[in-house]
Amino acid sequence: MSTMSDEAYEPYYVPEQSKLPIFASIGIFLTVYGMGNILIDMSAGEERSIGIWVLMIGGLVLGFTLFTWFSTVIKENHAKMYSAQMNRSFVWGMSWFILSEVFFFAAFFGALFYVRVFSIDWIAGEGGRGPSDMLWPGFEASWPLLNTPDMERFPGAHTSMGWLGLPLVNTVLLVASSFTVNIAHHGIKEGNRQKLVLWLAITVALGIAFLICQVLEYQHAYDELGLTLNAGIYGTTFYMLTGFHGAHVTLGTFMLAIMLGRAIKGHFRDDDCFGFEAAAWYWHFVDVVWIGLFVFVYILGS
Amino acid sequence: MSAVIEEHHHDDHHHGPAKGIMRWVFTTNHKDIGTLYLWFSFAMFLLGGSFALVIRAELFQPGLQIVEPEFFNQMTTMHGLIMVFGAVMPAFVGLANWLVPMMIGAPDMALPRMNNYSFWILPFAFTMLASTLLMEGGGPNFGWTFYAPLSTEQGPPSTTFFIFAVHLMGISSIMGSINVIVTILNLRAPGLTLMQMPLFVWTWLITAFLLIAVMPVLAGVVTMMLMDIHFGTAFFNAGGGGDPVLFQHVFWFFGHPEVYIMILPAFGVVSAIIPTFARKRLFGYASMVYATSSIAFLSFIVWAHHMFTVGMPLAGELYFMYATMLIAIPTGVKVFNWVATMWQGAMTFETPMLFAIAFVILFTIGGLSGLMLAIGPADFQYHDTYFVVAHFHYVLVPGSVFSIMAAVYYWLPKWTGNMYDEALGKLHFWLSFVGINVLFFPQHFVGLAGMPRRVPDYNLQFADYNMVSSVGAFLFGFSQLLFLFIVIKCVRGGVKATDQVWEGAHGLEWTIASPAPYHTFTTPPDLKDISEAHG
Repeated sequence: MSTMSDEAYEPYYVPEQSKLPIFASIGIFLTVYGMGNILIDMSAGEERSIGIWVLMIGGLVLGFTLFTWFSTVIKENHAKMYSAQMNRSFVWGMSWFILSEVFFFAAFFGALFYVRVFSIDWIAGEGGRGPSDMLWPGFEASWPLLNTPDMERFPGAHTSMGWLGLPLVNTVLLVASSFTVNIAHHGIKEGNRQKLVLWLAITVALGIAFLICQVLEYQHAYDELGLTLNAGIYGTTFYMLTGFHGAHVTLGTFMLAIMLGRAIKGHFRDDDCFGFEAAAWYWHFVDVVWIGLFVFVYILGS
Repeated sequence: MSAVIEEHHHDDHHHGPAKGIMRWVFTTNHKDIGTLYLWFSFAMFLLGGSFALVIRAELFQPGLQIVEPEFFNQMTTMHGLIMVFGAVMPAFVGLANWLVPMMIGAPDMALPRMNNYSFWILPFAFTMLASTLLMEGGGPNFGWTFYAPLSTEQGPPSTTFFIFAVHLMGISSIMGSINVIVTILNLRAPGLTLMQMPLFVWTWLITAFLLIAVMPVLAGVVTMMLMDIHFGTAFFNAGGGGDPVLFQHVFWFFGHPEVYIMILPAFGVVSAIIPTFARKRLFGYASMVYATSSIAFLSFIVWAHHMFTVGMPLAGELYFMYATMLIAIPTGVKVFNWVATMWQGAMTFETPMLFAIAFVILFTIGGLSGLMLAIGPADFQYHDTYFVVAHFHYVLVPGSVFSIMAAVYYWLPKWTGNMYDEALGKLHFWLSFVGINVLFFPQHFVGLAGMPRRVPDYNLQFADYNMVSSVGAFLFGFSQLLFLFIVIKCVRGGVKATDQVWEGAHGLEWTIASPAPYHTFTTPPDLKDISEAHG
């Protein structure tokens, strides 16, 4: 094996054996196993489920392992064990992860478009589809679908969710947060830690405000609009799209809060801040998904 | 794998494997993880294979003999799931782990700890999946495609665990493919351009992209199922304004690229083996790259050819029919290139070459029956018959599985430092080759005559061919124990392999010692051999 001279090459860091992944595997397994048990017991009408304990233990193992894992990476970085090439691996890794998230949302947007463009009309008998007309005579296609074909099993909402009000407020909050996180990034690049901490804190606050508004919006939908998960395909797509988005906002806010803590401890330098940038990219991604939601679920959906 | 012994440099960056079982649990080494993937895959191959033998034993003659229809359905379902997600996909990830860093001169995979995580999720996922067979109400019984509403309205309670097992497999696959893609894009030896990479690396780059794109869609569709089952949503229930056919669209948007995920790395393996034993450069390297990319692109826009009989608008039927037929063009380019590589080559027929040639012939048969199925009007006759079973088993068994076996025989001397037993290898090949054709070829005939898939009992007119098919199944199945024996024998010892192993082999992995040292290319290689780096 002929090699280049060692001096010309900055070695790529290959970690020693690690206990982290196996604990993360056990943690994620217990987490989903517990969730499965809870759901099965719930649907079977059981009062209690042992799954809650399994889920809690799994969640703790997974959470603690991931915390240790990220701490290890940060320590290794501070110990100057990472080359520029290693950092590019992190950049690529995060980029491809975000792409996978894009495709996850694409599945749910695809379901929304398919239902709206094709299948509701077909259920209403368009295209000469006789059998559906026989099952639910008189069913008329509309969107938002308030009168479902089977109103007993899927009682539709009384009113659809408008786009003015809370959704508009949330749009303003989230778009603004994309700008504030960008200002925080400028703070790192200028070596201005105060600016970084201030604007990052504002971003986290905007994220939390968004989540509070979403909880209020869901309460409003359940209590006053009759818009529930069980309200047929309109409620289904509404809650699944906004719900998964909300889960991603929660994760993004959590990531940014961690970055805020790290910023206060002085972790970031203008040439060494990928942890922050990864969280910020994720945040921008979540923001773009919201724009899609706002247009297709709220404005064109009500 | 006691054979993986390497020189021990007393230096922080050059250390050997740890001792004992914990070496495998905690490892961050791409070769260890590759080995883990391959052994796991083989275990799943035997498990899924034993389910297949239950199916074939029941179908040996008409009437119900051995298992209840409910259990038969669980067997067809679990056989498909375990072979697709447990045997074929992990085997290719294992090959990628072993080979990609060695082929591109990288010190390891880009993210070694995540690499370990990707693997160790799998045993948990498949334990959970297999354990559903023992649960109240039995395991999943709705076929590996788990169509709603069969799976959402009528599935057993264990469907929930099936869903979470799929989630775990998806997480594992996404992390694994991120690792492969980052390794290829970021860790190539200086001067190794994309168009100089071995074709196996190219096919895995594209496969990894497909995985990152479609595994989240699979996660999406099983999540929709979960919500429909437990939270009263109406994705797949027309009573709430949803549509069961929506399930099929989302599933096959994942499912069609998935079948290319299982065949593109096979193309890469065959493109490495045929030039070696024909002692010629691969014919049409660039066209191979473009053909692979074209197949990957087309795989995203043809999914509904799995659903011709579901009642799509005519325009949809026509579009998906023509788009599907386009795939025959890049695939034809590939087959042409393999044949042209062999043309006037100085060929020898060691076991890897035998498997590779069988791949080219039998995969082409599977491709042609695929072209028949792509014809919408004809598919109305073939749909859900044994003709479909014969088609996809021809592309998956003598396609994907043969290529994996070819790869194991081809690189085993590099991995272990020992030559495998050539006579036994050839015996294994011929038993497999005969077994597989006896097993699947008659299924074309019973399928064309109208025998439906997924039935435990059938009309008397299909009896003879089913008996033949079952005999082939047991021949093929038990031949794989010989494969296990050959591999173990080779790991334990044998004629020492040279560094190049095969006379006609070119590429970086053949420039390092056999067995490959525990750590290779801790500093990037000098690429004077680069003109020959791609096979």
